[in-house]
Amino acid sequence: MEAEQLSEYSVLIGGKAGDGIAQAGQLIASIFSELGYYVYQYIDYPSLIKGGHNFCIIRASDKPVFTHRTGVDLILALDQKTVDLHTSNLTTKGTVIYDSPKVKTEGQALPIEEIVAQFKGRAIMGNTAIVAGFCGCAGIPWNLAESVFRKKLTKETDINLLIAREAFSRTTRCMQIHPVEGASPRPLLSGNEWIGLGLLAGGIDAYVAYPMTPSSGVLHFLASVADEAGIDVVHPESEIAVILMALGFAYAGKKAAVGTSGGGFCLMTEGLSLAGMSEVPIVIVLSQRGGPSTGLPTYTAQSDLLFTCHAGQGEFPRFIAAPATPVEAFKWAAESVQLAWRLQIPAFILSDKTLSEGIYTPETTPEVRAYPPLPSPSYPYKRYADTPDGISPILIPPYKGEVIKVNSYTHDYEGITSEDSEMSIAMVHKRLRKAEKLSAMTDKPGAVICGGSVKAKTAILCWGSPRGVCNEVAQELNMRLVSPVVISPFPAGEFRKAMEGVEKVILVEDSSTGQLDKILSLEGYRTDELILRYDGRPFAVEELLEKVRRVAS
Amino acid sequence: MTSEESLVTQAQNTWCPGCGNFAIQHAMKFVIQELEAEGISRDQFVLVSGIGCHAKIADYFQLNSFYSLHGRTIPVATGIKMANPDLKVICFAGDGDLYAEGLDHLIHAAKRNIDITVICHNNRVYGLTTGQYTPTSPYGYKGKSTPQGLHEYPLNVIELLLGSGATFVSRAYTRRLPHLRRIFREAIMHPGFAHVDVLQICASFFNMTTWYDERIYETSESNAGLFEFACRTAQQWNYNDDAKIPIGIFFKTKKPVLPEKKIKKEVNRSNLVKTILDRAT
Ligand code: SF4
Repeated sequence: MEAEQLSEYSVLIGGKAGDGIAQAGQLIASIFSELGYYVYQYIDYPSLIKGGHNFCIIRASDKPVFTHRTGVDLILALDQKTVDLHTSNLTTKGTVIYDSPKVKTEGQALPIEEIVAQFKGRAIMGNTAIVAGFCGCAGIPWNLAESVFRKKLTKETDINLLIAREAFSRTTRCMQIHPVEGASPRPLLSGNEWIGLGLLAGGIDAYVAYPMTPSSGVLHFLASVADEAGIDVVHPESEIAVILMALGFAYAGKKAAVGTSGGGFCLMTEGLSLAGMSEVPIVIVLSQRGGPSTGLPTYTAQSDLLFTCHAGQGEFPRFIAAPATPVEAFKWAAESVQLAWRLQIPAFILSDKTLSEGIYTPETTPEVRAYPPLPSPSYPYKRYADTPDGISPILIPPYKGEVIKVNSYTHDYEGITSEDSEMSIAMVHKRLRKAEKLSAMTDKPGAVICGGSVKAKTAILCWGSPRGVCNEVAQELNMRLVSPVVISPFPAGEFRKAMEGVEKVILVEDSSTGQLDKILSLEGYRTDELILRYDGRPFAVEELLEKVRRVAS
Repeated sequence: MTSEESLVTQAQNTWCPGCGNFAIQHAMKFVIQELEAEGISRDQFVLVSGIGCHAKIADYFQLNSFYSLHGRTIPVATGIKMANPDLKVICFAGDGDLYAEGLDHLIHAAKRNIDITVICHNNRVYGLTTGQYTPTSPYGYKGKSTPQGLHEYPLNVIELLLGSGATFVSRAYTRRLPHLRRIFREAIMHPGFAHVDVLQICASFFNMTTWYDERIYETSESNAGLFEFACRTAQQWNYNDDAKIPIGIFFKTKKPVLPEKKIKKEVNRSNLVKTILDRAT
């Protein structure tokens, strides 16, 4: 472990809501990225705008990282709570940089209020000061720090720079963070932004959403690039309107995605079922948070898995992918758009607060695929023409001489309501054949991720964002990691391969009941141990190590 | 086949004899033919319907259609119009559908002045679910869910629409066919959100024919640009009392319209992704 200390750092910054903790965290993350590190940033904040306690943990490593550790090398404290709550996590050589005289502790005092006042800055600029203090303390060259500040602080840059320079010079070096040799900076984006970027790469023309934490980041990101991307971004009156508008877009030939969290998705289930019956394609980004109801709005959970699998009345095929890393988020968002349109089904990106609001450098360079065009219809056009795989070609209105009808009722091949027994059966079979086709298209390498010691007899099983931490624990304990990315239709073939020779299964999930366990039991698998967490916080590496060790022995 | 016939599908019509829906379909067919003759291709029309007796109109017209959900015509229509501003998007909705379950969508569509036409088949009763009260049923209405008589006053939907910022607010009656056609035509041609509240009877559950025939009259429309005048006209009948019932265009004005027509540029997505990633580095 000693040698690894040099290639990995964790920094915690904390303060009150309104102190600009998230932004400061991103500055630190950018500085590490500039030094050539892979970065992951965890953010913890209550559902309020002022006060409370916010903190970020920025973990930087010379290997890709997707999770945080409890132990931190530096604490940057903008309030007393940061010191009171987190000092016990400081590594032996660690230091605290704190806002003096506001905060009482030991370490490097930085009179932030005085520095900000000296340059007539605003109170929020205290976050610039403490980040500059971190740079001074960590031996980051001023010119590198300055270039990051210049790039990221685009408003009131001059005052920010004066404050930063002053704070930098008032700290003394207490450690030396070296650049990673031969590495260059990587893009740094939140999980939501990686998903949004994937939706763009997959070809969406419109994004419709009502704000809801932790999915709003997708809306904000796509709205910020809407003009540049030539897409429509709409925020209507409710999630009910969101999904129906998106279906309207899709009917008129514009690939549309929506985003929400559990409560909003409850409202969308009506439209989801409509999408299933009318075979109008849609992509749904669903970012889970603690529930039920309003629950823990700014904290994480994986407790909507079964809901997502079963939401909506009646039976219809759906695709669900639960990515765990930035490149996966990007890739599966793009794939979802294509699968939704190819099969005319709802496709889900199942995220959670940890992935959505975590900030990441990518593990590899994301690849933008070129997708083949959709098959063209035959004429006279029938919207629900029967085909061997159940997929009817899409035609977009206006089309001269052809009528394009979609319908929420059971309908005939033309889209006209039918309650005929034979026609009802034909339409059920058509949807079932689409489900088979979907299975065949998605039960492929990549649908289940393996890691750790791939031949080990004990497997840690997980899905979604906990994969990052589970992978590190599996490596450390020489266990196998098995993690399905495709959840529905369940990739039975790939999963069987991944589980060959496994004798003991430990399932890790951010829920109180172990929802993947229920899905696996339908597939004939049994889990031996469940490690469940439902306080809204993701496991840190040390925490999960201890839990797994306990059940493994 | 004449063009009139081909505007109608082979689907068997299951409306009750005497239902006001026939007049609405007939008037709309006439207007679409008229507009077609004037150069608007019939492929440009997209009909969106909700759920209820009215909604079967989607099956009966040989035109592009989206047979949607109860109360949900407007968001679907909004999406279609935003996706392709050249389409003529017409919502057919019922009063239970539009003024109960879909009310928030109606208000917001009016507020955002989305360029769609909404036609409400207002028979003031739920037909397909056999005769329960709706938001425009009169006080004391006895239906299967209110056997002791309804204890609520109806919504004055004209006032509601005026209050929501609608730029075209009108009322029509199924037994004034030439008037109905004119209103439909003007509503479709109006740039922005256009609403037609069509009073129709439900032959099976709420036959108001004589009652309406005695009270309905056509307003002059000479002051249709004046909001306060429109409010006063709207108050002449509150969907409950015994007053004369004005029909016609209550209010018509111009406001910025959604969607704005803009030239969509073709963007190379692969380059776009690279640009955004570079910026985030
Ligand atoms: S129940 Fe009423 S509204 Fe429905 S078709 Fe019959 S008459 Fe028309």
